[in-house]
Amino acid sequence: MKQIDARGLSCPQPVLLVKKAMASGENDSIEVLVDSAVAVENISRVASSLGWDVAATPKEDEVQLQLVQK
Amino acid sequence: MQVKNLLATTSGIVAVGAVIGVLASTLQHLGNPANMGICVACFERDIAGSLGLHRAAIVQYLRPEIIGLCLGAFLAAITFGEFKPRGGSAPAQRFVLGFIAMIGALVFLGCPWRALFRLGGGDWNALVGLAGLATGIYIGTLFFRAGFNLGGSKAQTKATGYVLPVIMLGLLALRLYFPQVQGQPNSGVLFYSTSGPGAAHAPLAVSLGVALVIGFLAQRSRFCSMGAFRDLFLFKQIHLMLGVLALVAGVFAANMYFGQFHAGFEGQPIAHNQHLWNFSGMVMAGLAFALAGGCPGRQIFLGGEGDADATMFVLGMIVGAAVSHNFGLASSGAGAGPNGPVAVAIGMFILLVIGFVNKNKA
Repeated sequence: MKQIDARGLSCPQPVLLVKKAMASGENDSIEVLVDSAVAVENISRVASSLGWDVAATPKEDEVQLQLVQK
Repeated sequence: MQVKNLLATTSGIVAVGAVIGVLASTLQHLGNPANMGICVACFERDIAGSLGLHRAAIVQYLRPEIIGLCLGAFLAAITFGEFKPRGGSAPAQRFVLGFIAMIGALVFLGCPWRALFRLGGGDWNALVGLAGLATGIYIGTLFFRAGFNLGGSKAQTKATGYVLPVIMLGLLALRLYFPQVQGQPNSGVLFYSTSGPGAAHAPLAVSLGVALVIGFLAQRSRFCSMGAFRDLFLFKQIHLMLGVLALVAGVFAANMYFGQFHAGFEGQPIAHNQHLWNFSGMVMAGLAFALAGGCPGRQIFLGGEGDADATMFVLGMIVGAAVSHNFGLASSGAGAGPNGPVAVAIGMFILLVIGFVNKNKA
């Protein structure tokens, strides 16, 4: 599983990193760690539109996103 | 951390865009300059003038809208646990980006929001400006594709996060302590235009109240006029663009209702029809917004959330406005300022350097 640490990154970096990982074709499951609600919303929106399932696990100041290709 | 946010849905962003459009048109009806319901660039420029940072007598007024936008976003961030003091992502470069963005916006005569308000008011020169904005943002996406990155931010102290909201509270205190004296160009330390756009304003309480609402909603919805184009080019996402389109629809509908729609290229209020400079001013502004990750409004909302990097961009814009008017860079209704064209050339060069040299590893 590909893991991405997008904490501290502002738009559009988190989504760019996720899209790059998706486009490589090597990952059918991606785990992303983010620390802003904006990044959660943006990644979820793009991943859903590209046909990936999104599961968000909120932690204290962070959210772990599990993206799985349908 | 909260995950659900209704205003960040498609219907949420459309509603917020429409509300901003209607409220901006209403502010014009109540006294704000034509097609300038809330122009973040123009109003920061007016604030620079009110503080005497520039002495262009017709654009000096401490606009409560800017204060309201920031404090509304601050309240939303506090309410929903999103106030997060952070910074350290190339703050000095972000100051420069804000500085250059403002110069470009004042060559066109408006920020992206005002370009949309002008369009919704029938000023077709706005189409030229928006084409420039889209072009500048597109160039920005090319840099992003090539690995452009200003680096990550880190958590900062609360004091750092409070800087922009506290500056805004300070400005509000000045505005209340030194109220406008009818017909006088000064009140205490503040300058007040007695004619021109700076003399046109809605009542203080209305301006502040409306902007508080917009700031609150925009922080929740992440409304961003630059992001609308960027996400379309970069990710083929239309989410933010739907908000922008709703804003134009909202301002158009309200302008029709108030009788404020006047179509044409000629004789538009606080605008010029030199297509080259309308276009290239906004190319420069659009590229600067893209590299900095947000339009002027969004930067204020981020500053209200505790983002010190966005705060640097906002301060850069205010200083850029002062320099624009002191050095003859800003346009007027007659056209580009005497030094506007050379400023666009220098500014574009600096932006391209910033774009090429920042390829930090995330």
